[in-house]
Amino acid sequence: MSTTSDTLFKTLADPTRRAIFERLAREGEQTVWMLTDHAGISQPAVSKHLGVLKLAGLVRERRDGRETHYRAQPKALAPLIDWMSLYAAFWRDRFDRLEDLLKRMDQ
Amino acid sequence: MNKPATITTRSIVVEREMPHPPEKVWRALTQSTLIEEWLMPNDFKPIVGHKFNFRWQPAAGWNGVADCEVLTLEPPRRLAWSQNASGQQAANGLKSVVTWTLTPTKRGVLVRMEHSGFRPEDEAGYKAMSGGWPHVLEGLERVTAGLD
Repeated sequence: MSTTSDTLFKTLADPTRRAIFERLAREGEQTVWMLTDHAGISQPAVSKHLGVLKLAGLVRERRDGRETHYRAQPKALAPLIDWMSLYAAFWRDRFDRLEDLLKRMDQ
Repeated sequence: MNKPATITTRSIVVEREMPHPPEKVWRALTQSTLIEEWLMPNDFKPIVGHKFNFRWQPAAGWNGVADCEVLTLEPPRRLAWSQNASGQQAANGLKSVVTWTLTPTKRGVLVRMEHSGFRPEDEAGYKAMSGGWPHVLEGLERVTAGLD
């Protein structure tokens, strides 16, 4: 489990790689060309990042003729997510809203 | 009241000092329409033993309704309610307690919220409540920012 987490951390610590992954998670399946248009780096560099994401299990590919489509695998993130700390984030958000309400109650 | 075994459960504590009188914060915590503004739609009433619901959008693993009961009401200091999974999910779902403590300070009031009773198997309910992806990525952003 810790080895898996280490791999995931290292893979996503690179901002370009993280951006590619987030784009796939947000917008669904894309080809390497579509990703290159947005990444601001060369197609071989994008392909290299996709290879690393694939090794970490974060991305899967599907061949369709000459095109390869890439898809995010969000479930691969599971070992990273401390769900209790994110639950705490929910309550902090509600505290923000409570404070906003208290300010409005002044008026 | 049966207290959950603390060995196997976890709590979330959030504390914040707010520049307002305790009585005003108490109103925001105990009036149904005000609670809805910052927390969730509800039919809360400030009566010990009153049973009420929080309602939210249903999601996988969560039917969108929490069964609650007012446990403690000591204005303007202490408020507690139970907050449990409802319907078919009641038997094996989340059984938790939310406790609010207001302590007057020089500048206003220290607001402390403790949400206790989480078991490891309550993770599915949490995921429904968190709204999923954007939060996951935000959390990840924070985690990975500390690496490099």
